[in-house]
Amino acid sequence: MRWVALVVLCSACGPTANAPVGGVHPVYVFAAASLTEAFKALPAHDGLAWIYNFAGSPTLVTQIENGAQADVLASADTANMDRLEKDGLLAETPRVFAHNKLEIVVAAGNPKGIHSLADLTRSDIIYISAAPTVPAGKYASQILARAGVTVTPKSLETDVKSVVGKIELGEADAGIVYVTDVTAAGVKVQGVLIPDSENVVATYPAAVLKSARNRAWAEGFIGDLLSAQGQAVLHGYGFLPA
Amino acid sequence: MRRERVPIPVAVLAAAGAAFFVLPLAGLLARTPWNDAARELITPVSLDALRLSMVASISATVVALVLGVPLAWIYARVEFPGRGLLRALTTLPMVLPPVVGGVALLLAFGRRGLIGAWLASIGVTLPFTTAAVVMAETFVAMPFLVLTVEAGLRSMDRRYEDAARTLGAGRWTVFWRVTVPLIAPSLAAGAVLCWARALGEFGATITFAGNFPGVTQTMPLAVYLLLESDHPQASFVLSLVLLAISVAVLVGLRHRWLGTA
Repeated sequence: MRWVALVVLCSACGPTANAPVGGVHPVYVFAAASLTEAFKALPAHDGLAWIYNFAGSPTLVTQIENGAQADVLASADTANMDRLEKDGLLAETPRVFAHNKLEIVVAAGNPKGIHSLADLTRSDIIYISAAPTVPAGKYASQILARAGVTVTPKSLETDVKSVVGKIELGEADAGIVYVTDVTAAGVKVQGVLIPDSENVVATYPAAVLKSARNRAWAEGFIGDLLSAQGQAVLHGYGFLPA
Repeated sequence: MRRERVPIPVAVLAAAGAAFFVLPLAGLLARTPWNDAARELITPVSLDALRLSMVASISATVVALVLGVPLAWIYARVEFPGRGLLRALTTLPMVLPPVVGGVALLLAFGRRGLIGAWLASIGVTLPFTTAAVVMAETFVAMPFLVLTVEAGLRSMDRRYEDAARTLGAGRWTVFWRVTVPLIAPSLAAGAVLCWARALGEFGATITFAGNFPGVTQTMPLAVYLLLESDHPQASFVLSLVLLAISVAVLVGLRHRWLGTA
């Protein structure tokens, strides 16, 4: 009986270094929520298995700072990556693997007739945003500032996927999210273009972490990401090339 | 009490069990920026969250008392078909993941929800309002009050009520002058328990009410979001306030739970 408890405890401890899962080595990739669909579509790699943890970039950084077992971080901005670099937790200089733009997300068919950022200030529009702590929220306020539009969001959601979710459910009318989130969400929502003069370009860096159990395997992920095949998958989800 | 010789494996596992609860609290206390605690607490975000949490959790407790005491009374006193089922349904939030409660509330009271669509047609939208916070908190916390009050009603000596009735008191008078004083300890414990649960509510709130400082960002939401900001110390201080309140609740209810032997 005593051993049962120990076995239960240890099975919850997670994989130990070099322990292959079914003959393949797991690589723990901490990735920004906006990368969810594209990363899941990345092709398999011989002998390596990508295991993802998707969340808002600052959540990932906080998790890594507090000792989460991660091999690679793919962030939706350079600021969060810089935070880890300052902490001395990166094993290498981050490499940019994609860019992204933002769009206004509205329900399919655009029932409220939203055609520009200025429409967001209409009193019949419920506008929500990602929290200013996550990159998408920061970009959204930069865009509104550039367009000279003042609008108070009804809610500051924890990540960009949660903004799209509230639009899909019909609880909110509009949000500013990545172009790729609109593509990934499918038929329930659609995007309204933000002109380049008001838009911002989001930069996605990735880096191997000091906590990586095997740098070569972690490097395998970033290599795949930057390969022609990996870039094609990202492009398919609406990301701009590195 | 008889002195028991403690087998070593039991002692080891028990110590590990106790440490599992004590260590996180120690971690929180160790990381709290004591020197700046007061300054962290009077930032607009913290103050907004404190104020909103108090308003919403007290409102939720009042709503729970107004709706929950009659419900408890019916469960304790009235036999009707389906009582067990209804009782189970209204107690479900105690074990339901709160985020599921939030989704359910959206699907019922959201703009396209069962009731919400009709409410929207008369110009009432609940999500992203403080009212939605109160609803989410009531949904999650009221069962604690109902069950506590029901237990109180079941265990009280009904002969006092019968005596009052035979002496000519009306039902209403009996309720207020006899029943309520007799179940006062259960009422108080139920209300405190309900309030504490409402104060700590996170999942249903962020799902149904969203997150905006001063309107729907309660203390637990602020703790979560501040942890990710470039200023996590504020999150530790707010956590400490919630911890202190929890300790106070536990001390207040110690006779009920902790045994005073």
